[in-house]
Amino acid sequence: MDPLARNNVRLFGGVDGQPMLFSHGFGCDQHMWRFVAPEFEDRFRVALFDHVGAGGSDQSAYDVAKYSSLDGYATDVLEICEALDLRDVIFVGHSVSSMIGMLAALREPDRFAKLVMVGPSPRYIDDDGYVGGFSEADITELLESLDSNYLGWSTAMAPVIMGNTERPELGQELTESFCRADPAIAKRFAEVTFLSDNRDDLARVRVPTLVLQCSKDVIAPDSVGEFVHQRIAGSRLVTLTATGHCPNLSAPDETTAVIRQFVGA
Amino acid sequence: MTGAGPAQEAFQEALLEDDPELLYDRAPCGYLSTAPDGTIVKVNQTFLSWTGFRREGLVGRRTFAQLLSVGGRIYHETHYAPMLRMQGSARELALDVVTADGRRLPVLVNAVLERDPHGEPRVVRVALFDATDRREYERELLREKHRAEQSEARARALAQTLQQTLIPPTPPHVPGLDVAGVYRPAGTGEEVGGDFYDVFQVAEDDWVVILGDICGKGVEAAVVTALVRYTVRAVSVQTPDPVEALSRLNEVLIAQGTDRFCTVVLLRLRRTDRGWNATLSVGGHPLPLHLKQGQPAEVVGEPGPLVGAFPGVARTETDLLLSSGEMLLLYTDGVTEGRRGREMYGEHGLLRVVNGHAGPAAELADAVLHDVLEYQEHLARDDIAVVVVRVP
Repeated sequence: MDPLARNNVRLFGGVDGQPMLFSHGFGCDQHMWRFVAPEFEDRFRVALFDHVGAGGSDQSAYDVAKYSSLDGYATDVLEICEALDLRDVIFVGHSVSSMIGMLAALREPDRFAKLVMVGPSPRYIDDDGYVGGFSEADITELLESLDSNYLGWSTAMAPVIMGNTERPELGQELTESFCRADPAIAKRFAEVTFLSDNRDDLARVRVPTLVLQCSKDVIAPDSVGEFVHQRIAGSRLVTLTATGHCPNLSAPDETTAVIRQFVGA
Repeated sequence: MTGAGPAQEAFQEALLEDDPELLYDRAPCGYLSTAPDGTIVKVNQTFLSWTGFRREGLVGRRTFAQLLSVGGRIYHETHYAPMLRMQGSARELALDVVTADGRRLPVLVNAVLERDPHGEPRVVRVALFDATDRREYERELLREKHRAEQSEARARALAQTLQQTLIPPTPPHVPGLDVAGVYRPAGTGEEVGGDFYDVFQVAEDDWVVILGDICGKGVEAAVVTALVRYTVRAVSVQTPDPVEALSRLNEVLIAQGTDRFCTVVLLRLRRTDRGWNATLSVGGHPLPLHLKQGQPAEVVGEPGPLVGAFPGVARTETDLLLSSGEMLLLYTDGVTEGRRGREMYGEHGLLRVVNGHAGPAAELADAVLHDVLEYQEHLARDDIAVVVVRVP
């Protein structure tokens, strides 16, 4: 299967630039990056994609066994890199995609130049001496709430997309897909995401890493960002003034500035 | 409107009663406004009454997300907030508000994001509707859906298990013969089909092959299939003669009182010095094909009446010798009646695959199945069964 079609890969910027691969987290799709990614097109070859099951990906490619762990998603990342022959990749992952990018970089360290983790968490559930921010009961409740939002998820949304005057073409294609997901796949993705535990992998990371921590992030609290920073040798931690879990949407300028500084643009 | 009748008075009073403040505070829905970061800046009385919070406990102190259950909070961060930023609105989100005394209040939430003239987010307006009854109803629907899915999975497993007991997974090894069978149920294969075949030994170098089609589908057809298979096995021990065996099968089916009948080809194979003697009798079934190397396939046997439909009918049988390299191909009408639009696969479709074929039995059986499935774009309208017997 062609990974570019499967993951709805879209390319921007010059082909000669260093590649930046933006990876969305649980919940939405590549449009999460629409205020951030274009800022890098001047210097970089920007690649956006949807995880299988999200956005414009090929839903028929969803394989329960493959995607029962984050490794399956990391495989897709590596296949995209290979298909495009991307080298020296700067991987920018939001939320769970931070861990997906990390797993990909552990498997093929030479392919990646830098990792940017936006609101990462290696484990969401509290454990002995570790504060992930959630109890097991919390996560069970989350999965139930996905079930009860099933009606809302499957109805066709015809959203009025907020215009982006500089890039009107972005507004057009959004009308159908944003935040729509197959409820069964979304639920499994939630399970894989919120039950994952990648704490032991952090210490093996050798790629220069930037950790972006938001203020008052209920999904990935401050202590988790600090944990990731401590475990990844030589990583840089920046705490944003932006609040919530999606600074790429709520504070794109601040997010862009911090990433720009890290990638030397 | 004229005059000052009672209706007019009531109209005026209602209008006066609903000044903007009351309209807001006593609206039949919870209503709150937040700053772009979620901090509550204004809340109406309805929401306070529903949840038991005091206004000063919320305004400037709590965010909307903090009022939600944990699951709802995650949903808020990963879906609701991004949606609001991107689309400017979010509709019909099912969330739970945790009330002051810890109860869960199921709500449906609509929200809009207002922006200033520069496009910067300014305020979020949130309307909440009590959805207690609706949520219970939805949960019931979900439970029913799960139940239906489970029961469908059980039915499917039952059908497939039943099917497997009626078709030998691979025909047995017959010394001195190459025998292959393929079977494919109609459609997606979730229903028990009516086609079947069986290959079994009666004595040394003495074998029986039966292939047939029970009228109908489902469990009732499966019961008749089982009856047919075991009856043929039993009577074949008692009589070497296919005509006699079919007559006894006919009697058993009629005596059973089922209104199901079947079409069959019954083939008795006995090994001799020169090859295999094949005796076959046909009941209402497509006639088998006889393949000799270098010659076009030939239809063999004589048509006979359906089995299990009429008592005491006359049947005929045909003898032939199968020498080395020759084959007999038995098939059900799922092959020739394969359809593409108005076109039918037909005997000519079958002959096109069969003619000139000289290889192992399994290759021919697979080739026929593959071709007829491809013809129907892999959605078979009817069951398909094919058995090939070849003298190596």
